[in-house]
Amino acid sequence: MSEGTSGKPAIKTRTMEIAVAAFVLLCGALVIYDSARLGAKWGEDGPQAGYFPFYIGLILCGASVVNLFGALAAARRDNSEFVELGKLKLVFSVLIPTAVYAGLIGPLGLYVASSVFIAFFMRWLGKYAWWLVAAVSIGNSVFFFIIFEVWFKIPLPKGPLESALGLG
Amino acid sequence: MEEFQSLMQGFVIALSLKNVVLMFAGVILGVIIGVLPGLGGANGVAILLPLTFSMAQSPGGTTSAIILLSSIYWGALFGGAITSILFNIPGEPWSVATTFDGYPLAQNGRAGAALTAAFTSSFVGALVAVIMITFLSPVVAKFALEFGPPEFFAVYLLTFCAFVGMSKESPFKTIASMMLGFAMAAVGTDPVTGALRLTFGHMELLNGFDFLVAVIGLFGIGEILLTLEEGLEFRGTKAKLNLRVVLDTWKELPRYWLTSLRSAAVGCFMGIVPGGATPASFMSYGVARRFSKDGEKFGTGMVEGVVAPETAAHAAGTSALLPMLTLGVPGSPTAAVLLGGLLIWGLQPGPLLFVEQKDFVWGLIASMYLGNIAGLIVVLTCVPLFAAILRIPFAIVAPVIMVICAIGAFTVHNAIFDVWMMIVFGIMGYVFKKLNYPLAPLVLAIVLGDRAEASFRQAMLVSQGDMSIFFSTPLVGVLTGLAMFLLLWPVVGALRTRLKGR
Repeated sequence: MSEGTSGKPAIKTRTMEIAVAAFVLLCGALVIYDSARLGAKWGEDGPQAGYFPFYIGLILCGASVVNLFGALAAARRDNSEFVELGKLKLVFSVLIPTAVYAGLIGPLGLYVASSVFIAFFMRWLGKYAWWLVAAVSIGNSVFFFIIFEVWFKIPLPKGPLESALGLG
Repeated sequence: MEEFQSLMQGFVIALSLKNVVLMFAGVILGVIIGVLPGLGGANGVAILLPLTFSMAQSPGGTTSAIILLSSIYWGALFGGAITSILFNIPGEPWSVATTFDGYPLAQNGRAGAALTAAFTSSFVGALVAVIMITFLSPVVAKFALEFGPPEFFAVYLLTFCAFVGMSKESPFKTIASMMLGFAMAAVGTDPVTGALRLTFGHMELLNGFDFLVAVIGLFGIGEILLTLEEGLEFRGTKAKLNLRVVLDTWKELPRYWLTSLRSAAVGCFMGIVPGGATPASFMSYGVARRFSKDGEKFGTGMVEGVVAPETAAHAAGTSALLPMLTLGVPGSPTAAVLLGGLLIWGLQPGPLLFVEQKDFVWGLIASMYLGNIAGLIVVLTCVPLFAAILRIPFAIVAPVIMVICAIGAFTVHNAIFDVWMMIVFGIMGYVFKKLNYPLAPLVLAIVLGDRAEASFRQAMLVSQGDMSIFFSTPLVGVLTGLAMFLLLWPVVGALRTRLKGR
């Protein structure tokens, strides 16, 4: 295990195990609930819509209960960390821009949003010179524009820039 | 010799100029995908699948499309070895065992020998598996033509129970992950009654979760987040591969014929039984270490230690297509994506494929021979180029891969909602991987969920809800029994170790 810049554990593995097992248990309960609503029994003309998923939900709940107890039974002093603070920050510094990127695709179009995303990533995390940032981020979008719109004729979402250029 | 004739016909199809070009393009793309972090066989094929939608509509187009996609798969299998040997980073999970001896070899200045050995034994492993597919798959398909719904459900059951029995992760985590996949597959409109299931009033969920989006998120975004933790830079050894080194290594390789043969056998077996390439590579490395006379030197840079896992991984990866083609049950996540492709193109995978789509099947099988030859040529000649890709800093590669994944997710249904889903699946993949919830059964369950449910329902209709139909004939009884045995295998194993401990 390599030591990061800050060795503080942000989340313990045990906590995360419990959280995930509980989440899966909740999913299982939802599946059972909805299958029961639709009818998980034998209808007039055969199995009802919830017949198969009902059992899936049951097994899902069963397995996650075992996982949950397994995690709860794990020694409390087990301090192994799920992720340390420094690394968690790094992960979020990628996740948040990616979520913003997904949000920008609608209003800006995929090509412009991609350029902004790559430029931001390279400048902020990579600290590259502006000319390289511009070359890669714009070049990437031009490349994909040619592949998708021109070559494969698959339209991707376009925004105000493309319509201004008469490409949309 | 009917197979031989069909195969020759297949070669005629596969050798058309268009298909050969697609083959090389696929292999090169595949190697790049295999080398890049965050892109692998499964999500690489998933991202490119939408590009084949229009291709598959022209006559003979499905064959070209499958040749392109399967070649990407071969390329990715080859590519994994490059990063393992030069950078000590396994590009694919099945190349982890290759790092044990491959990286020390590279550090000792024998990177060329290690790479040549890896590529050549990959090729040998794939060749053995393709020969097996050529002669075994028509037999299996003919046999499976007799299958009814209970038999098919028993085969699905066997597949999923095998995951529980063979997985090295906790069986309950495997089951949880698998059932989550089945639950996701059930979301949306019920194909029989038309009732809306598990949508809770959200229109976006009407068509359920798409497995392509799930694969791109789980394997692509999840992998990038994991790689991020390792830091932003890769350091590796220089790759030099000239004809001298290749020929010298080739002279050395025949010495390990027994290891190759054993590893190929392990690989073929593990590929058909859904264990997959990753356990096959570890198992074959372990077997080789036990039987080799230099066994204790393994791990310090033995060529034999590269030959064993690579042969097995490729043999397993290739033979995973046998159950996919003949039964419609994929043996690996990538095979599952290919199966999804077949369904989208309007082909029904399963025994009937060998009767109704002869050109498609044999064109594909012939292309497996040719694709692996193409792969060997490409990797042997272009290694430095591919290694250079990995030297591009992660801060440039990562956002570009994210964009590629987003485009891939979008093009599945032309929906921005899928891009959001991809991010959610990415977080899920990251967390699951860190907590050792296996992802392969999850993906397989999403792909096979509807089909498994359909065969279960049909079987239940036949028997009027009586579960004993799954033991009603010797054939289905053996399949179900075998499935139960594999499901309980972890219990048997645990009991055995406890008894031994006393």
